[in-house]
Amino acid sequence: MREGVAYTGIPSAEELAACPGVPSAERMAKGRVAVIECVQEIPCNPCENACHFGAIEIGEQITNLPVLHEEKCTGCGLCVANCPGLAITVIDKTYSDTEAVIEFPFEYLPLPAVGDTVDAVSRGGEVLCKGTVTSVRKIKAYAGTAVVGIAVPKEYADDVRSMKRLKRG
Amino acid sequence: MREIITDVAIVGAGSAGLSAAYQAASAGADVLVIDENARPGGQLFKQIHKFFGSKEHQAGTRGFVIGEQLLDKVEKSGAKVLLDSLVYGLLPDKSMGVISKGQNYSVKAKKIIIASGAKENYMAFPGSTLPGVMGAGAAQTMINVNRVLPGERILMVGSGNVGLIVSYQLMQAGAEVVGIVEGAPKIGGYGVHAGKIRRAGVPIYVGHTVERVFGKEEVEGAQIVAVDDKWNKIPGTEKTFDVDTVCLAVGLNPMTELVWMAGCQFDFIPSFGGHVPLHDENMETTVEGVYVAGDVTGVEEASSAMEEGNMAGVAAAEALGYLEHEEAERRKQEIRGRLNTLRSGMFGAGRRSAKEKQLEDMKSYLAAHKRTAAEQKEEVFFA
Repeated sequence: MREGVAYTGIPSAEELAACPGVPSAERMAKGRVAVIECVQEIPCNPCENACHFGAIEIGEQITNLPVLHEEKCTGCGLCVANCPGLAITVIDKTYSDTEAVIEFPFEYLPLPAVGDTVDAVSRGGEVLCKGTVTSVRKIKAYAGTAVVGIAVPKEYADDVRSMKRLKRG
Repeated sequence: MREIITDVAIVGAGSAGLSAAYQAASAGADVLVIDENARPGGQLFKQIHKFFGSKEHQAGTRGFVIGEQLLDKVEKSGAKVLLDSLVYGLLPDKSMGVISKGQNYSVKAKKIIIASGAKENYMAFPGSTLPGVMGAGAAQTMINVNRVLPGERILMVGSGNVGLIVSYQLMQAGAEVVGIVEGAPKIGGYGVHAGKIRRAGVPIYVGHTVERVFGKEEVEGAQIVAVDDKWNKIPGTEKTFDVDTVCLAVGLNPMTELVWMAGCQFDFIPSFGGHVPLHDENMETTVEGVYVAGDVTGVEEASSAMEEGNMAGVAAAEALGYLEHEEAERRKQEIRGRLNTLRSGMFGAGRRSAKEKQLEDMKSYLAAHKRTAAEQKEEVFFA
């Protein structure tokens, strides 16, 4: 099977490496930062407007890929819920010696609670490891999208992008 | 038959029709919007996801919220919206036959804007008539408008944005989607929509088609099969799924019946869904005073439909003398800029070239023929 987002719905390693929204390894090592996995030129720019720090740039032509100015990004996470494509996460590799935190948009009910153990999944939905819920935020500015944070073992930080949906009532 | 006389009559209270109504009525025209549904908004109120586009298109706002805002603007503009009302005919003198709540009306307008939208394509395969096989748009109406789950386990056919978005929303509504089947070798819609589906653990089978759907009284299962690059089925690649619902998201085609009836000339543009009316930059067809906007002019998406509606509304208001030429031109220029933005990038460039062809063909037509003056044709029609 051919690789790449157009064939599988999952950006390939090459696509992610070339993606201007993905921060460098050096920036990732410094702590909270937005990871914008937007690799196709689609007409969309809410992330640029959502950022209060000028860390995301798209420009006049709204099909341009978002460029992350990683030095300006504070990891506040406002862009996470503002991306209609749910393509942004905030990652904190400095959370603890052994764990990293992934904060991702989550639009399924029921929501988990802080402290819950959940199944952490990859871009392809594969369960990679267990995660501990560190935050569940659902503020008005998120317009209905919740942002869930989970702590996972550090070695999974580059691969975990969401959690498995929880069973209903 | 009761007669209603208005400046501008608009068929369809969806994205395009409501935008046109707002523009024309806020310029001062007397506007009547007619829609066969019980509620206005067309497809907007089914769209619970956040829209793409730019700030001007309220990107990041969920579709139903955009619908509420648009409806509010229309109400404040003074345009009237007639619901539960079916336009069954359009005569060359620009009078329309309308049935509203059992009553017959003749609606006479100086300008008519047809914004009738599009309907879902169907796909035939063994078992495709079983209850449980339905359009993805129908499933979306069930979950997001009527709050009814069409089934527990669903197979989606088609990976365009409709197939991807409706799959996501079916899962949000509590169903399981067992997979998305796509005949082409590539996913049709945005990668980010596909990404949501994949993170939820749903496989996307590109290069596959539906072999058959089986069940006694209703859908009980479905079988898919891989196809080669010439769309021949590859024996031995069959996969069977235990599903109770199969959704078809295999494209849309413009609802052009009234446009044909008005005597407008057409183009054939497969990527726009087939036959689409010729129209100029003002969205006016080959029949003077008859405008088109939205998916009826070629299937695109909601933001483009709203902009085409804005364009038709401004143009109709200008033609009726409600807007000075300079002011109308300024507004049209802004709308054109936003439309160009929407029709760019790897997914939009094809739509832009299709629209350019449609506008070019209109120019060629007008170079060779005069635009039909509707009133003149009246005598011939009734002769």
